[in-house]
Amino acid sequence: MPNKKKPSSLSRRQFIKGVSTGVAGTIATTKLARALPIEKLEKAAPPEGHLPLELKVNGKPYQLYVEPQTTLVEVLRNELQLTGTKVSCNHGECGACTVLLDGKAVYSCHILALDAQGKSVTTIEGLLNGEELHPIQKAFIKKDGYQCGFCTPGQIMSTQALLLKNPNPTKEEILDGLSGNLCRCGAYPKIIESVEEAAKVK
Amino acid sequence: MSSKTIHQSAYKHVSGASVYVDDIPVHNQLLHGYVLYSPHAHAAIRSLKTEKAANMPGVAAVLSAKDIPGINQMGPIVHDEPCLAEDEVHFVGQAICLIAAETEERARQAAATIEIDFEELPAVLSLKQAMAVQSLMGPERKIERGQVQQALKEAPLRLNGSFESGAQEHWYLETQTALCLPGEDREYMVYSSTQHPSETQAVVSEVLGIPRHAVTVEIRRMGGAFGGKETQANHVAAWAALLSNATRRPVKLRLFRDDDQIMTGKRHPFYIRYEVGFDEQGRILALDVEQNANGGSATDLSFAILERAMFHADNAYYIPNMRVIGRVWKTNLPSNTAFRGFGGPQGIVAMENIIDRIARQLSLDPLEVRRINFYDMYKRDTTHYGQKIKQNHLPAMYKQLTASADYFERRKLVEAFNTQHEFVKRGLACTPVKFGISFTTAFLNQAGALVHVYQDGTVQVNHGGTEMGQGLHTKMRQIAAAELGVDQDRILITPTNTSKVPNTSATAASTGSDLNGMAVKNAVDKLKFRMAYQVTEYFNQMDEQNYTLSKHIMFKNNKVFDATNPDRTISFEKAAQICYFNQIPLSATGFYKTPDIYFDRETGQGTPFHYFAYGMAVSEVEIDLLTGQHTLLRTDILHDVGDSVNPDLDIGQIQGAFVQGAGWCTMEECKWDESGHLLTHSPDTYKIPGIHDIPRDFRVQLLQKAPNEGTIRQSKAVGEPPFMHGLSVWFAIKDAISSIDGHKREPELGFPATNEAIVMAAKQFLD
Repeated sequence: MPNKKKPSSLSRRQFIKGVSTGVAGTIATTKLARALPIEKLEKAAPPEGHLPLELKVNGKPYQLYVEPQTTLVEVLRNELQLTGTKVSCNHGECGACTVLLDGKAVYSCHILALDAQGKSVTTIEGLLNGEELHPIQKAFIKKDGYQCGFCTPGQIMSTQALLLKNPNPTKEEILDGLSGNLCRCGAYPKIIESVEEAAKVK
Repeated sequence: MSSKTIHQSAYKHVSGASVYVDDIPVHNQLLHGYVLYSPHAHAAIRSLKTEKAANMPGVAAVLSAKDIPGINQMGPIVHDEPCLAEDEVHFVGQAICLIAAETEERARQAAATIEIDFEELPAVLSLKQAMAVQSLMGPERKIERGQVQQALKEAPLRLNGSFESGAQEHWYLETQTALCLPGEDREYMVYSSTQHPSETQAVVSEVLGIPRHAVTVEIRRMGGAFGGKETQANHVAAWAALLSNATRRPVKLRLFRDDDQIMTGKRHPFYIRYEVGFDEQGRILALDVEQNANGGSATDLSFAILERAMFHADNAYYIPNMRVIGRVWKTNLPSNTAFRGFGGPQGIVAMENIIDRIARQLSLDPLEVRRINFYDMYKRDTTHYGQKIKQNHLPAMYKQLTASADYFERRKLVEAFNTQHEFVKRGLACTPVKFGISFTTAFLNQAGALVHVYQDGTVQVNHGGTEMGQGLHTKMRQIAAAELGVDQDRILITPTNTSKVPNTSATAASTGSDLNGMAVKNAVDKLKFRMAYQVTEYFNQMDEQNYTLSKHIMFKNNKVFDATNPDRTISFEKAAQICYFNQIPLSATGFYKTPDIYFDRETGQGTPFHYFAYGMAVSEVEIDLLTGQHTLLRTDILHDVGDSVNPDLDIGQIQGAFVQGAGWCTMEECKWDESGHLLTHSPDTYKIPGIHDIPRDFRVQLLQKAPNEGTIRQSKAVGEPPFMHGLSVWFAIKDAISSIDGHKREPELGFPATNEAIVMAAKQFLD
């Protein structure tokens, strides 16, 4: 549901102001609001308690209104239906929700959607070129770098971030690069092989 | 059957397209479920006020025990587990109220307004406390052979002691999740992340008070399970169904990570006491073992888990006189449940520690004591429960692995390293495993399949097993393709669904491929028999000069042909079309039950297992005595999977099981405070192995040329047995500590061997 009206960029201070006035907000029947829109934006008539967010996801621009407490992964999964990004711990620790924010790996459960304001997000779906898999994705298939598959999108996004920064990582650098992604199936040996294979192909 | 096969979900896993329950698109009627649970380990509920929550905007339903239309029970075997607490709560995390709201956040806010007046009651929070107050879950069990007391008395040497192993949190990446959609009348479609769809169906139907035929449970795949979704998935599905039933809307219930850890049971902690008699060579003459399991608040699967622990109290060793007594104790903790190994690891680790102690007392390498106690293929070949061991690979594996891992040379190097380093020590250990394959409750060893052939030559396969990352569907596709003689891309494995294959067993006990593979083969055999007959007729009508016999019809390379007359060849799809036009059904059910297994619980004797899987691991560690940090330098594993259906999957299972086992032994520690609150309820306090925690040098080999008799494609189960290889890490750490004073004293190393435990154990030697 992109909104045509171009929203102005939102400063940290305004964001905090938005949150702190939230207590006075009236509660809608279905959607909950913790924030009142800042005065300037009232003309744009965003839903009660929502703030404008403009970001690029997988190269595509989006404009939408979000509540200030909404996390990036909530926007990706619930608003944009990009369910390849997974939520597991929702604590910023397990790495299942890893996406790239301006090329750097971040935990999308641990970052507010509004902190992605004006930035570019890449999710697992964005690595594909049409139906064609990215070389990293092909490497994970070749080396069986998954078992249940739930942590796989996060592992692949961390690999992408690592290889963007360091196209020829040593084994130790691979371990460091993927140390923020847990895999309970213990598929680590094959994940490491997959990353090595991806680095070789690139 | 061992060519490289691409995983059935490969493309979807790497592209983010794999659909887990939380990813299923639902129309805009969806409500979010939330569970309000007990903050007390044991308390009476004096009053419960939900009006505020129910009247909040955006809240569709608030339910408590009185609102359950069916029976308030979800215990799988014994009905001692209420779905929602009535007048008493028995553990922190027990469900009391259910809330359905427009958003997860609103449901949480509503839960916070519910007022409950509790009266706290005394709680039993540990195994030892339960034993002291005799809080037994049920009658004790016993398995006995020989004259244990007399043999102990006559043994030249004796040791007694105890061993404690701790809980383990499953930490499946995908938390417990269910989505329930109401249908016509009182029909329900439940998408549940469950290992046991048939039981989920049963529990949902019981709490709703509707027949099972009105409930369909489906699961495409789970994001990990490890036993944690064998019974506990039923709970979440039942809660979602209750909310869906009350609101007539779709309800999704996904436990938050911390709630999941707080509410669900774990691997059973065990406290094991023993007395062992042995000779000067370290050969065990008699063993008396008493196993005590912490069952938590309800029975769940505890007695089956205890039974497997008792069956594995011998691990790989022949013990002529042996008695095992087992008890499950009731505590005010979440009901402990299935976890990869199902009691086996708890029984085995205690046995391995006994071996270790014997070795230290005799100043022998523990591996030597292991070797001379192995089951052999002659007289020492019957377990304490009377099962004869056939195809024993242990002695051969010992030879192969000690050579390939260079065990004896490295033993010298490790000792040399240790004499040169004061505060950094290395340790080496080799541990074996013999693991019984089958559900020990004999009737559970059954499986069903449903196979459809379509006129374009494509095939749908459905079976009762569930996919949780072990690659079961990939193996089933391989088996169906190989048996039908068609390419794998013609086979589609459809989601596990109770309306396709009913009355199934859990995908558990490592039996998924064994049971479902045979069921798929059975269905395929029926179809091939029908198709072969029709194709024979077809050939013989075309050319009456030559005569084709039905038994000569072969299915191979997408073709159906007369093996004695290759000119008579048609495509697989043509064969399907012939059947269709001749009005022959192209759909078949398959069934399998494991033959010849039984166990008499009264006498403690029988043949509970179809066969045993074997393996052996050597691990070398380096520990820092001042920080307690350990580094896993190298692990070599040799493992027996029979004739592997898919070596890539099997090696992945072995590696992963080892990592999980090593996690249990070294870093995964569940801690509760003195009032029964779990302290380690998120990944910042509960540590599962990360990528840095695997061996620096990790070598896994499959035992070659070891086909298994009487199983699908002569393969063996692989899910659980390699979990035990992780034990080698704990014993290597102990070896490193005991090197401080030349292996003369037994280190008192805690389990798991956390940094803290290593420092404490080392301190005894350094002070």
